[in-house]
Amino acid sequence: MNTTSNMSVGFVAEQFDDFQQQRGAAQFGMWIFLATEVLFFGGLFLAYTVFRSLYPGDFVAASHHTVVAIGGINTAILLFSSTLMALAVRAAELRNQKQLIRLLVGTAFFGIIFMILKGVEYYKDWNDHLVPVLNFEWHQPNPGHAQIFFWLYFAMTGLHAIHVTVGICIMLVFAVIARTGKFTSGHFTPIEIAGLYWHFVDIVWIFLFPLLYLAGHR
Amino acid sequence: MISATEIDIQTGGEFARPNYLSEHSVRSWLLTTDHKRIGILYLFTILFFFAIASVAAALMRIELLYPTGGLMTSETYNKLFTIHGTLMVWFFLIPSIPAVLGNFVLPMMLGARDVAFPKLNLTSWYLFVLGGAFATWSLIRGGVDTGWTFYTPYSTTYANSHVISMAAGVFVAGFATIITGINFIVTTHKMRAPGLTWFRLPLFVWSLYATSLMMVLATPVLAMTLGLISLERIWGVGIFDPNLGGDPILFQHMFWFYSHPAVYIMILPGMGVVSELIACFSRKRVYGYGWVACASMAIAILGFLVWGHHMFVSSQSVYAGMIFSALSFLVAVPSGVKVFNWTATLRKGSIHFATPMLYALGFIGLFVIGGLTGLFLATLSVDVHVHDTYFIIAHFHYIMVGGMVTGFMGGLHYWWPKITGRLYPELWGKLAALATFLGFNLTFFPLFVLGYLGQPRRYHVYPPEFQVFHVLSTAGASILGVGYVMPLIYFIWSAKHGRVAGPNPWRATGLEWQTSSPPPTHNFKVTPVVTSDPYNYSPEKDADLDLASI
Repeated sequence: MNTTSNMSVGFVAEQFDDFQQQRGAAQFGMWIFLATEVLFFGGLFLAYTVFRSLYPGDFVAASHHTVVAIGGINTAILLFSSTLMALAVRAAELRNQKQLIRLLVGTAFFGIIFMILKGVEYYKDWNDHLVPVLNFEWHQPNPGHAQIFFWLYFAMTGLHAIHVTVGICIMLVFAVIARTGKFTSGHFTPIEIAGLYWHFVDIVWIFLFPLLYLAGHR
Repeated sequence: MISATEIDIQTGGEFARPNYLSEHSVRSWLLTTDHKRIGILYLFTILFFFAIASVAAALMRIELLYPTGGLMTSETYNKLFTIHGTLMVWFFLIPSIPAVLGNFVLPMMLGARDVAFPKLNLTSWYLFVLGGAFATWSLIRGGVDTGWTFYTPYSTTYANSHVISMAAGVFVAGFATIITGINFIVTTHKMRAPGLTWFRLPLFVWSLYATSLMMVLATPVLAMTLGLISLERIWGVGIFDPNLGGDPILFQHMFWFYSHPAVYIMILPGMGVVSELIACFSRKRVYGYGWVACASMAIAILGFLVWGHHMFVSSQSVYAGMIFSALSFLVAVPSGVKVFNWTATLRKGSIHFATPMLYALGFIGLFVIGGLTGLFLATLSVDVHVHDTYFIIAHFHYIMVGGMVTGFMGGLHYWWPKITGRLYPELWGKLAALATFLGFNLTFFPLFVLGYLGQPRRYHVYPPEFQVFHVLSTAGASILGVGYVMPLIYFIWSAKHGRVAGPNPWRATGLEWQTSSPPPTHNFKVTPVVTSDPYNYSPEKDADLDLASI
């Protein structure tokens, strides 16, 4: 989009000179925020790495109890929703309001499917007595180590689920706002940076899936 | 020189109106998105926490007058040093220069109308207040006794105090810091005035930029670490508890991965302020400008690679210790560059001993002592001897109080005419600068001796032969206290009764001095255009200038 001058009035905030400056600032700010998110998740990834290297056998045994089918399907679902998100950004840039709304709702829909499947999986984990402290039962050696695995499993997927939920809310709110035509009159920056966020949430899962699910299913 | 076309310059002696302070309603303050007002909101908030933390310090110093420590129980003493540490670090020092002075002058130094994300900037202050409320709640409920470092497994398993609410407070305040960091980085990248290239930026901007990088990349790790501590207290899975297969050293790695960069967050902004002050009050361009700018970046980058020097006696691998020791020595290089270049700037300068300059010179002296003793501590074998003693306490107070707080006070005096449009009383300013310098040295120099002789930190009972050093230190703390209360009084007085400053009382370069004092809401009527390098002072031309008796 290189038609800046004629559309730089209404939605350029007063601290910015023009649309391009505002867009560049918003994108750059989002990238830095995502860098902080990487470091935030990084603490848990570090803990996982340390304990997996300390207790490799116990982690493999514990990972064997995760539901790899649900994890795999959820991976596909998130990747597909990211595709829809990318198309939504394009729709906003092309000022196609109808398509934008549909794609935002679609992205949110698959996010919700992901959450439902995750919920089913948590329910199954509860029934299998895999929830640390609350109902944990382990009949193989070193239950403490397996409990650390499952604690990390819940902490990492739980934190990820919080991020997915935030993303779903953003998509739905933006879908409602998109009905006013706000994003399809040149002001597509919010859709772009929401897209960045959604892709980040997707990428985190791409790392979580092999670490938590595939470690025990070689 | 910087040529700004048609900037709203008021002739000296005139008080510019309307300005950013013109609106008086509470609502106009609580809903403001003006970076200058947010800086002032931060100023009042951090002063509140500074006051509480100072009272805690004063009580400790009184307690330490006697070797038998009869005034309070050990538990109370533990809580006092924890209050002092947590509040001073997270609710005073980290936001001090960045969120107050940085917020106020950074956009003006860049020739911008505001930061990139003004609403987020206000959100940052609200998060900070919310975090402060959690911390205050923790104090009201009875306090925390873990020390500011929250070491596990004490903090997760054994401590019987209000760890979670304090951790929550620091967690939330951390997000305020992250937002400030994001705002500063994006503003510096995207909103510089035409002609303001990277190597024309004031050195204060460079130091804030380096600081922001650390805020953005280190603080999330602290947030996760504190989150894990809180979950451990609730859940008790034991990832930090060796009895259950956990690893307490993991906590220390995560904590210091944040907290070492954090201690540079607590010095770099002070260095930036001092660069401004030294240039202005010796009427010279900073010697080796580019090197000083790059030194800030080098300190920020190295700051991420030295956390293990806090853990030499923690059971971390000896080889890790050797590498961390070597990397820690490297930090001395950019720090040395700064000190030597400031000193070289003074040479043949036309030096004016105005109050901000007194603080700047004090900063250099105190930072040199603090920095050099840091090298002692980076030496593996020496650290084993003085680890967890008063030597450490003295070292980091020389950096954080002697460095950062002195820099903060210097900067506050320097920009006070810009903030309020009025001058503080110069004689009182000089007396306060002198009192803080003398009081500070008397408070903390004896602690080096105590630490070397073997007094461990965090004990309030000690052998009687140490008493003389503790008495000296408490006496110094009293003088230091006077040195901090004096500015509080005359700043408040001068905000109403001080002499009108005019736009540029110091005849300083820098875009913030090209607009009126106090500045209008959007800083500049016309965006300034920069055509030359920073610090374009000429000592010869300004030889007749008498800034010291302004």
